[in-house]
Amino acid sequence: MASNPMYQFNVYRIGPEIKLGSVDISFTNASLFMVISSLAILIIFNLGAKKKTLIPDKLQLLSELSYTFVAKMISDTAGSKAKPYFSFIFSLFMFVLFCNMFGMIPYAFTVTSHIIVTFVLAAFIFIGVTIIGFMKHGLGYLKLFVPSGVPMVLLPLIVVIEIISYLSRPISLSVRLFANMMAGHTMMKVFGGFVISLGIVGGWLPLSFSVALTGLEILVAFLQAYVFAILTCIYLNDALNLHH
Amino acid sequence: MLKKIIILVFATCFACFNMVFAAESGGMPQLNPEFWISQVFWLIITFGILFIVLTKVILPKISDNLETRKTQILENIETADRQKEESQKKIDEYEKIILDSKIKAKNYFNEAREKILDDINKKRAALEKNLDEEINSVENELSEFRNKSGDKINKIAAETSAELIKELIGEEVNNSSIAAIVEDQAKLSKERKDVI
Repeated sequence: MASNPMYQFNVYRIGPEIKLGSVDISFTNASLFMVISSLAILIIFNLGAKKKTLIPDKLQLLSELSYTFVAKMISDTAGSKAKPYFSFIFSLFMFVLFCNMFGMIPYAFTVTSHIIVTFVLAAFIFIGVTIIGFMKHGLGYLKLFVPSGVPMVLLPLIVVIEIISYLSRPISLSVRLFANMMAGHTMMKVFGGFVISLGIVGGWLPLSFSVALTGLEILVAFLQAYVFAILTCIYLNDALNLHH
Repeated sequence: MLKKIIILVFATCFACFNMVFAAESGGMPQLNPEFWISQVFWLIITFGILFIVLTKVILPKISDNLETRKTQILENIETADRQKEESQKKIDEYEKIILDSKIKAKNYFNEAREKILDDINKKRAALEKNLDEEINSVENELSEFRNKSGDKINKIAAETSAELIKELIGEEVNNSSIAAIVEDQAKLSKERKDVI
């Protein structure tokens, strides 16, 4: 059973079964890693924000660099109007990043490799962005689906395509993160299994693959968190500054 | 060797696909809705707490920290600029003072030199005047003396001649006649001298 590469994605209950009415909201290994990631973020950034020295120490530098990194990312993609949403995007980026990174620890559970988690995040972003768009521009937000400079003949087609692409945003956003994390972890598990099955003679090749994949996966873990955050910024940009 | 590696890679890939398909036949745990609601519930709780704490407590601190550092650095740069300007001003002042004092020193030097030159000239003029006066008086004395000396010489010559004649001849000769002769001789010699 443990050799099954999908086994690592199994969710199981930790502790007693908790029921809210007829709904099961038991504490699972996924919940555990959500809590661990959040706590890690809070501890690291709290320690980083605690001291107020002119020349920062390591943790302070880390938190300040993250702060400026996210701030720059937002101002580059969504402009200065997106400033009120900074803390949300920062939390989102850090949460996804830490969940991805904790997933890289052997035997750890990767929260973001579950479509339901990424989909809830993406759906929340999608709904939030849509609400912001309608609040800022009223019904004028619908102009988003009518790009300027398109011939009248093509307009019905283009509008349909735009609406479909807009509605598919939460799906593409969530599936991108979920599929990347799942595929990477499955690959690593598979290669790890080969190391065992090929033994001391042939196991070196999959082992080296596994080592290389670990580096790649760490890169992907960061990159996917970054992509998730930057796409959120781009969607937010569409809602704040109607470009079309 | 290369062939072996290639075969091994192909075998690996084949086995990999086999395993993945085998896994898929077992189903993806992600699509099992048993714990979906639990995951969503805990996601909302953890992410919510994370978001609230970050927004209310941690991010303002970091932003404050960055802001104070920025302002402090700006302030420091400002003071540095101000101090630089001040020092530049001081240097200018200092150079001006040095220049002024140099000019003053030159003036003093020139004044002193002129004064001394004046003094020297005055003294020299006075000295020259004195000298001239003295030379004149000496010359006057000399010419006076010369004029007087003629008479005296004549007188002495006459007396000497009278004595000589007395010794030679043994009788007294009239003084006046001797004087007349001496005078004649003196006149002659004088004329001779003048001619020469």
